[in-house]
Amino acid sequence: MNVLFAQVGGSAIDTFLTKLIDGLALGAIYALMALGFVIIFKSTQVLSFAHGAISALGAYLVAYFITVLNWPGRYLESLPVTLSFIISAMVGIAAAAVMGMLIERVFIRPMIGEPLFSIAMITIGLDIILRTILGDYLGQGAQADVGSPWGLLSTSNISGVIVPHSYVATIVAAIAVVIVLVLFFRTRTGVAMRATAFDQEAAMAQGISAGRIFALAWGIGAALAAVGGIFASVSPRGFGVSPGTPFFALRAFPAIIIGGLDSIPGAVVGGFAVGIAEVMAGHYLAPFADQLGAGFSQIVPYVIMLGFLLFRPYGLFGTEEIRRV
Amino acid sequence: MRGRPNLYVSYEEEQRILPTMTQRVSMTFLVLVALSVPFKVIPGIKFLGDPSWLQILGLTFIFLIGALGLNILTGLAGQVSLGHAFFMGVGAYTAAVLGGEATNAVYGFGLPIWVTLPAAGLVAAGIGILVAPTAVRVRGLYLAIVTLGLVFIGQHIFRSWNSVAGVPELGRDWGEFQFALWSSDGPALALQSDGDWFGIAMLGEGKAYLFLLVLAIGFTLLAKNLARTRIGRSFAAVRDRDIAAEVMGVNEVKAKTQAFAISSFYAGVAGALYGYFLGSVQLETWNLFFSVTFVAIILIGGAGTTAGVVMGTVFVETLPRIVENTTDFLEVQVEEGGWLAPIADFIIRTEGADFGLLSTVENGPGLSVSQMNGLLFGLLIAVFLIFEPLGLYGIWLRIRNYWKGWPFTY
Repeated sequence: MNVLFAQVGGSAIDTFLTKLIDGLALGAIYALMALGFVIIFKSTQVLSFAHGAISALGAYLVAYFITVLNWPGRYLESLPVTLSFIISAMVGIAAAAVMGMLIERVFIRPMIGEPLFSIAMITIGLDIILRTILGDYLGQGAQADVGSPWGLLSTSNISGVIVPHSYVATIVAAIAVVIVLVLFFRTRTGVAMRATAFDQEAAMAQGISAGRIFALAWGIGAALAAVGGIFASVSPRGFGVSPGTPFFALRAFPAIIIGGLDSIPGAVVGGFAVGIAEVMAGHYLAPFADQLGAGFSQIVPYVIMLGFLLFRPYGLFGTEEIRRV
Repeated sequence: MRGRPNLYVSYEEEQRILPTMTQRVSMTFLVLVALSVPFKVIPGIKFLGDPSWLQILGLTFIFLIGALGLNILTGLAGQVSLGHAFFMGVGAYTAAVLGGEATNAVYGFGLPIWVTLPAAGLVAAGIGILVAPTAVRVRGLYLAIVTLGLVFIGQHIFRSWNSVAGVPELGRDWGEFQFALWSSDGPALALQSDGDWFGIAMLGEGKAYLFLLVLAIGFTLLAKNLARTRIGRSFAAVRDRDIAAEVMGVNEVKAKTQAFAISSFYAGVAGALYGYFLGSVQLETWNLFFSVTFVAIILIGGAGTTAGVVMGTVFVETLPRIVENTTDFLEVQVEEGGWLAPIADFIIRTEGADFGLLSTVENGPGLSVSQMNGLLFGLLIAVFLIFEPLGLYGIWLRIRNYWKGWPFTY
């Protein structure tokens, strides 16, 4: 995928800026995934391993609406591709949110108070189930096209810096999501959510329904996963939804470890940092590809994460766990 | 002390692996039954002596060894790990390098299995000790993510290090699954070719089955015994409350490092056996899903209990075959219009326009048998954790206590 933009002419600084935009776009996807993880974790103490499957299913729904059903283009013939994509994306994201809430209500709610790893294992089980269903719809080795709302490979060349349009859209969308979230956490519901994350009992004593907050957190988390999954499937990052799409969420794990498992600013910073590091390593260490092995850039986040854990086990912004006897 | 099974008059007596006569007798019986499987002598389970079933049971024993290792780490020492596949891969490729034949593309020393198996375990344990300093610093879900990272890094190394793991897609071979005194000697025990053992004609699968059964029993006893030792008790103390354990004089870092080392040793041996047993293994085998299988085994069986691990392994490893057989049975019912046909027709899809959850024809809606297995596997993990956190062992305890207390319910 990134090979398409490997042939960067021009000066070193142009190459660097081109790669920076690539890294920011990848980082935006990681940040979206990481935000979903963190919101779910902060509210319910659940680390959702089903995140990848939810993101891929959300993206698959978009692909289904656009390419299979040709909806909404079927009704509005003159609708621009981008608008049609955005409408489908909204529906796909909403569907993912509903799925997240369902998962919370059916599988996670009965497990409140159980060991955290047991709940995490349930989400792994759900991940397997959802991926199996997705695999059944996708078929063997097939990909579902989500359409090319910003053109298949359309780029702008701004004085030597190559800027793919879909990367810009990814970065803009991630920033918009962060702004919306910041505003949301100032609303009444947002404050209730923060209060519940801080102390469930105290929040319930103030009349906040903790169960509703849990459902909401899973809804938001799943919606963010779907947004990330959609942008991970749009060309040139990915060519449609494939069985590999869920792995974007797994590669966002280093982002939340680096940022701190329970820190929302940490998720954003960690996501962008990991994305940039992955792209930069992929480009600047390419001469050593023989020693490092093909595709080594994909494990760069994990290597950084392991190194990070030695020095700051609870991440940049995470709260250090206080242990009492 | 007949009739008073819960009366112990000494510490040794209470700490026995099989405290009561009933348990000793039933366990001996179970082992004898297991030993008799390849000879097809016991009516009712003769079908288990077929090559295809022996293959599945052999794999079950290999998975049992791996799962016992994870149980020591997760069940006994309380350190959750998603990195078991990585350690199995390390063991597998150690055995492959030491035991396989050298070619232009890959290393190989052609050493016999009694060298390579312990070496595989030791190298994996060494890597476990190397990883431990990072792993000891973090706990709970952080540890799960760290070990998840190990799997991805490990997969990348296996994929890239072609002189050890072979070319991707092709993989490499592990050498003959046989017991020879030295590489130049002929096999003392050939484990994969048909032949006579002490005058009894045996299938190759049967020989491998017996070899793996003996190994599995040995490793089970070792694991069971470990829990009774000083080391095992220090693991349990760390699991139950690490700070309290430290206050009582247990060295937490040492205990966790030991747990990682022992668990990785088991994983390494299991990985090496897996390679030998299957002859060649795809590079993508050692992935997250492989790790999850082991975690699922110990959770479905019952974390922390050796008996539970055995039950969980048998259950998880034989389930795909059972699903397959059931599907075949239902398909025959539909085609021949047996008495189950109306229900079976509803469940499976045999032709294009038919409705059904399971599809026996390619393409189109409906899950294939392997997808059905994946679905069931995921469902089982979720259902067991929600409804029976103690796993199969918990179910067994309830059944046992029901009969123990009968006619009373307490």
